[in-house]
Amino acid sequence: MPDKITISINGTEIKTEEGKSILSVCKENDIHIPVMCHFPGLTDVGACRLCLCEVKGYNKLLPACTTLVAENMEIQTHTEKLKEYRRVIVEMFFSERNHMCSICVANTNCELQDMATEVGMQHVRFPFLNQECAVDASHPKYVIDHNRCIMCTRCVRVCSEVEGAHNWDVKNRGYNARVISDFDQPWGESETCTSCGKCLNVCPTGALWAKGSVQGKLDKFPEKITDLIEKRGIH
Amino acid sequence: MTQAVADKKGGDVKADPRLKLINAAIKKNKSQPDALIQVLHVAQNMYGYLPMDVVRHITHALRLPPSRVYGVITFYHFFNLNKQGDHTCMVCTGTACYVKGAQAVLDAIADRFGIRPGEVTADESLGLQTARCLGACGLAPAVVIDDRVLGKVAPEQMEKELTF
Repeated sequence: MPDKITISINGTEIKTEEGKSILSVCKENDIHIPVMCHFPGLTDVGACRLCLCEVKGYNKLLPACTTLVAENMEIQTHTEKLKEYRRVIVEMFFSERNHMCSICVANTNCELQDMATEVGMQHVRFPFLNQECAVDASHPKYVIDHNRCIMCTRCVRVCSEVEGAHNWDVKNRGYNARVISDFDQPWGESETCTSCGKCLNVCPTGALWAKGSVQGKLDKFPEKITDLIEKRGIH
Repeated sequence: MTQAVADKKGGDVKADPRLKLINAAIKKNKSQPDALIQVLHVAQNMYGYLPMDVVRHITHALRLPPSRVYGVITFYHFFNLNKQGDHTCMVCTGTACYVKGAQAVLDAIADRFGIRPGEVTADESLGLQTARCLGACGLAPAVVIDDRVLGKVAPEQMEKELTF
């Protein structure tokens, strides 16, 4: 049995167990923290930085998804500073590539769009980088549009951890980072891809979609993947 | 997958003895997938870059997903997928070197050899790279030619230094 510990979140004392992440404790106690790269059942990587929270005694902000709770930890999840940072992070997502909702397949069914509403983003205060990103439609069934990608790496993790194919990974770093298939080949030429479509369902934006999807009419079923993970007991 | 190098016996060793050393590195690490970086180091030192056939061979031998290997290679600046020049010239563009005129040094090289950072001359004799701070700010602007560190370089000095 893991040791029982007491922590405080936003001033409320909470009894929990060692070995859990701040995010999972918050979920259990109905404290909502915005997240984009977290997907239930997949390994957390702390890529999106939206779940950053303040922990007393640390001058850095810590990501709730990859930080484990410890005895007497005092956590703040919704201070004014954090709210402002979250808004900045979402604005940076929008300014980095191309997220023009009106011409996107995922319009009205997009986690990034919902997140912008949630954090109260009204405009993007940073200049748009207008990166040149490719659209790879070489796969017979699916399309990857790098313009819409926010590098959450959910597709990479679902392909590796649930499907076990590991078709996806990330090349380069920082500004030049891109999701790649095999040896940076066109998706259609990949030898590892099983065409299972799990990556499509976990993608929070309109970066991965099935051919034939119409603007604003994309259907995604992330709950199917969650269901699958729970039934298989992967963790 | 091209089988020119990556056949079951661990590659055509006779045609390319360098593969023998790569295979030895793989064997030494018991084909453990987590030995990827060590094996890539050996290959990079052996060839001066990582030819795709060799990358495929290593991927196969360590039983790793291709995208993982490609991701690691492109993440670290030490590894190169393209042929580098016989000699490399690395110009520090960290803050101190930049202020002391690293850009003028780069311009001088571009004028004389016609290459920008990340490029190799047409005859493959010289490759130009930049680095963000070598940690030798007292020598600003610093340039590393092959394994030789030059400090307080002047742009007009570069032509002489880069003639081998």
